[in-house]
Amino acid sequence: MKSVIPREVESLWTLFTAPTVWALHFIVCYATVAIFCARGLASDISFDTIRLALAIFTLLALAIIVLSAYLAWRQWGFGSGDPPHDAPTRKDRRYFQGFATLLLSGLSFVAVAYMAIPLMFIAECQP
Amino acid sequence: MDDDRLTGPCCRPIRSKRSLGQQGIKGSCCRSVRPIASALFLCPLLVSCSGIQSALDPAGREAAHVATLFFTMLIGGAVIWLAVVGLLFYAARKRRVHSEKGAGQLILWGGAIFPTVVLAALLAYAVWLMPNIRPWFQEEAGSVRRIEVTGEQFWWRVRYLRQDGTVAFETANEVRIPVGERVIFSLRSPDVIHSFWIPVLGGKMDMIPGRDNQLTLMAEKSGTYRGVCAEFCGSSHALMAFTVLAMEPQDFEAWMAARQGASGAEDVEGLALFLKQGCDGCHAISGTDARGTIGPDLTAFGERGSVGAGTLENVEDHIARFIRDPGAIKPEARMPHFSMLPDAEIDRIAAYLKGLR
Repeated sequence: MKSVIPREVESLWTLFTAPTVWALHFIVCYATVAIFCARGLASDISFDTIRLALAIFTLLALAIIVLSAYLAWRQWGFGSGDPPHDAPTRKDRRYFQGFATLLLSGLSFVAVAYMAIPLMFIAECQP
Repeated sequence: MDDDRLTGPCCRPIRSKRSLGQQGIKGSCCRSVRPIASALFLCPLLVSCSGIQSALDPAGREAAHVATLFFTMLIGGAVIWLAVVGLLFYAARKRRVHSEKGAGQLILWGGAIFPTVVLAALLAYAVWLMPNIRPWFQEEAGSVRRIEVTGEQFWWRVRYLRQDGTVAFETANEVRIPVGERVIFSLRSPDVIHSFWIPVLGGKMDMIPGRDNQLTLMAEKSGTYRGVCAEFCGSSHALMAFTVLAMEPQDFEAWMAARQGASGAEDVEGLALFLKQGCDGCHAISGTDARGTIGPDLTAFGERGSVGAGTLENVEDHIARFIRDPGAIKPEARMPHFSMLPDAEIDRIAAYLKGLR
């Protein structure tokens, strides 16, 4: 199957992609709201603007995680074999890594989505 | 205020003779173990559902939301627990063999998707409820009543503020608030971190040195409740409680007026002894020359619900015991012992303090 993204990217690095996106999303959300409230910027920018900006950022983070999950799925052979993939072969190693990356992507997706829930409900800055 | 609403029966002062007597009775009748064991198991469950210090028996709006959240989580958790235990029994007794694929599906749906959805729903519910549990009110032209509470080792300094922010008067270990009116507490600490918690009225908030934390509460039912320190602050942390009186608005206003005119100068002889022994170095009593600020303000002390911040019932005998050796009742209390004074003088000062209105 021909693909836009070459199979060479499927390395150990793809394993880290989704958790890294989650960590970045986490720190950006926390830091943005904290600086917004601590600096008293409410008079210049409305809270809803911040909310919208972070919502777009959240969708972007989720999109990257979905992409990472797709690559992992491909590396796993689109689910052609069942885990645990523990044979000492190159193919099984690749499948195992792909499956692990897919699970991590799922976890990161849920974590980013949970992080976004307070963004929907937070009312305003409180001293 | 000589009743034991503040200190008993379930919250009997640890060091009172009555509490020691009760323990003795309990210890001697352990013949039939099973009823006692089940009673011991049920007792905390039942006792904790009501009373002067129970978050499950709310008397304020915020506490009602906390209780709702608790019961929602409790019922949700119980249903899931029953389902898991049911599944466990089924797995232990089943005759039928399930396919590996079916087991995998169960793990996927029951172990991953179901918890994810349930946790998302609970998180959303809890976050949605948050503004109700900890409401914030922009101060509208200073119209909200303010009370400043300072956590000291190991007692509470309570200052009622006027609209302009100046102190109307100070008291200690007792907070009185009007029913149906929102009150903002300014929470401070000069020494270590304490935490201000009135379970029947709302959630707790820490008192952090160098910070002025704001907590708003609103009582909806009049009554006498108990507040506690909810952050370990030293040896007598557990002996640091306070009385909360939610009063009808007109009674509250009457008390405010009376309290501002209170004087400790009526008992001339008692006051003279109080001053002669140097009590005024730390304690203040309005209407007298006693203006110390290190220890609790003792104005109208006779009306207070307890001696030593919720440690002992407020009776003359206990006041005398406390004066004689505070450290024996509250370890590491800053007040020095006065056991060198003649008993007659200690008793006279105790009588004077109990008589303060």
